[in-house]
Amino acid sequence: MSILVIKPGIQTTIQDAGRIGFQHLGINPGGAMDLRAMQTANALVQNPTDEAVLEFYFPAPVLRFNAGAFIALSGADFKASVNGTHLPVNHPIYIPAGSVLQFNGKNKGQLGYLAIQGGVELIEWLNSYSTNLKAAAGGYEGRALCAGDELTLNTHPKSIRSSTECSVLPWKAHTESFYTNNPFRFIPGKEFGLLSEASRQLFITEAFIILPQSDRMGYRLQGPELQLVEAGEMISSAVTRGTVQLLPNGQCIVLMADHQTTGGYPRIGHIITADLPGLAQKGIGETLHFVQTDLEAAENLLVIQEQHLQQLKNACILQLDAYHRH
Amino acid sequence: MGSAPYIIYPLGDQALTIELGKKIEEQTNQRVMEVFHQLQNNPIPFVSDLIPAYSSITVVYHAFAIRKTHPGLSAFDWMKAELTNRLQQKGDGAFSSRLIDIPVCYDSELGPDLAELAAFAGLPVAEVIRLHTATVYRVYMIGFLPGFAYMASVDPAIRMPRKAQPRPLVAAGSVGIAGEQTGIYPVNSPGGWQIIGQTPLPLLDVSQESPCLLEPGDRVRFHSISMQQFNQMKNSRSV
Repeated sequence: MSILVIKPGIQTTIQDAGRIGFQHLGINPGGAMDLRAMQTANALVQNPTDEAVLEFYFPAPVLRFNAGAFIALSGADFKASVNGTHLPVNHPIYIPAGSVLQFNGKNKGQLGYLAIQGGVELIEWLNSYSTNLKAAAGGYEGRALCAGDELTLNTHPKSIRSSTECSVLPWKAHTESFYTNNPFRFIPGKEFGLLSEASRQLFITEAFIILPQSDRMGYRLQGPELQLVEAGEMISSAVTRGTVQLLPNGQCIVLMADHQTTGGYPRIGHIITADLPGLAQKGIGETLHFVQTDLEAAENLLVIQEQHLQQLKNACILQLDAYHRH
Repeated sequence: MGSAPYIIYPLGDQALTIELGKKIEEQTNQRVMEVFHQLQNNPIPFVSDLIPAYSSITVVYHAFAIRKTHPGLSAFDWMKAELTNRLQQKGDGAFSSRLIDIPVCYDSELGPDLAELAAFAGLPVAEVIRLHTATVYRVYMIGFLPGFAYMASVDPAIRMPRKAQPRPLVAAGSVGIAGEQTGIYPVNSPGGWQIIGQTPLPLLDVSQESPCLLEPGDRVRFHSISMQQFNQMKNSRSV
C-alpha cells in the first residue's frame, strides 16, 4: 500500500490547507498555492477537502503505485498518463496496482495537484501536513520529494478493488469559476495612497511580467518603476498571501503561500483571495494586469467560490456513491 | 485595555491590522502584547492567526465562516466591531514576560563582522561585547524566519546599519545587529545583519511542541562564552 517516487520532479511537496495559528512565531501558514485545486482534487475522491495532497511543478514526478487507488488530478494539466492511457484533470480515476503515473508535457497552468483517496500516511507538524522548507518540517521529512521516497497510503475501504484496468470515471468537476485570468483584482493597501498619482495610474494600466526569481514565497514582477510621493520610514508589520509590496528599486513583489509573516516595504495592494488560485497558475514570463476593487466585492466573490465548492463536494459524494453501488 | 488611540485597517480580505502607534517604543509594544495576550486568552471566533509586530497587531480571520454565521454583515465590519469592543474592555491581557539568558560566543570565527563593527563604532572589540551583553532586550516581534526575534534596543554606541549586500548564507545561531535591533538567525539563511557572534542554543527545534525558543514579549540577555564552551554546549545537544 504505497507509492514509490521514481522521479521526484523539479519541486514536489506535500501540502494541505496550511498551518494555522503560529504566525506570531514567524511560522507561516504555507499550504497549497492553489487551494481550490487541492480542494477540488480531494472532493473528487471524497476526501476531506483539506486532506494533504502532492503539489508539483513541471517537470513533474513519476510515481509507481504499488496498490490500486482512486486518485484525482487538478490544477495544471501536465498531460498525465498511466501505462499509455491519457488521464484528464478534474475527474476521479481508478488506477490499478503497478501503475506508473507520469506527466508528459505542459498543457495548461503551473502547479498540478494529486489527491489520493484516503490520503498518505504522514506525521503532522503543528497541526498541519504542509511542507515548510525553511523550517525543514512538515510534509515528507520537511523537504521536497526525492527519488526512492516511498509514501504509505492510508487504507480506504472504497479503494480496495481487484480491477487491473485503469478507469477514468465519466463525470468532471467544473472549476472555471475558481480561476481568474487577467486582470487580477486588488484591494488598495495601506500605502497605496503614498504612490504618486502617475504611479497609481501605471499600476492599473501597465503590464507586469513574472520574473524567474519567483517561487512559492512570492512572485517578483518587472514593470514600470513606481514612485512614492514621500519615502517615509516604515515600521515592520504583518503581511499576508496576496500582498503586493513595493521594493526599494520601484518594482513589485506579490507574496504567495510561503511568504514571510512580517515585512517593512510599502503595501500597495492585496490581490483578493478569490483571484489567488488563478495567480498561482501563472508562471515565469507571463504577464499580469491589475484592476482595483473593494473589500465588499472581494468578500462576495469569496462567498460565491465557497458555495461553488460546497456544491462540488455534494455532487462528488452523490456520483461516487452511485458508482460504488454498481 | 485603556483608551489609547488606534486605527484598524484591512490587510487584504481576510485580515485586519490594529495600529497602536507609529514608533518603535516599549510602551506601544507593551500594549501590542496586552492585546495579543487578551485575544489569545479569550479568543474571538473565526480568528485563525494573531501577528503582533512592533506597533501593531494583525488578526487573520475566516471571512467565509463569518459571512455564513452572520449573513448581511461584511466579515471585516463584524471583526472590526468585535475588536473595537475588546479594545475598550479592561483587562485580561496581563502577562508576565520571561527573562531568557542566551550564551553567545563572540569569537571572530563565529562573528565575522565583529571587528568591522568595532572599527565602525571606534571601540575595542571587548567593549562592543560588553555593551551587547549589558542590555536586557525586548522581543518586539517575531518574523522574517520561523523563530527570528527582532530585539531592541541596542546601545547607541554599537549600532551599525545592515550590510549593503546581504550575505548569501548566515549560519543558524548567528547573532546580528541592524541599527538599534539585534537578532538571532534560527536557521541557515541569506541575511544582511552585522554578525558579531553565535549561540549554541537552538532557536528553532521542530521536534518540540513549542518549537521556538523566543516568543513575542520575552526579555533577553546575552552572556559571553568561550569557543570551548560553545563547542561543548553544541556537542552536548547533538548527542
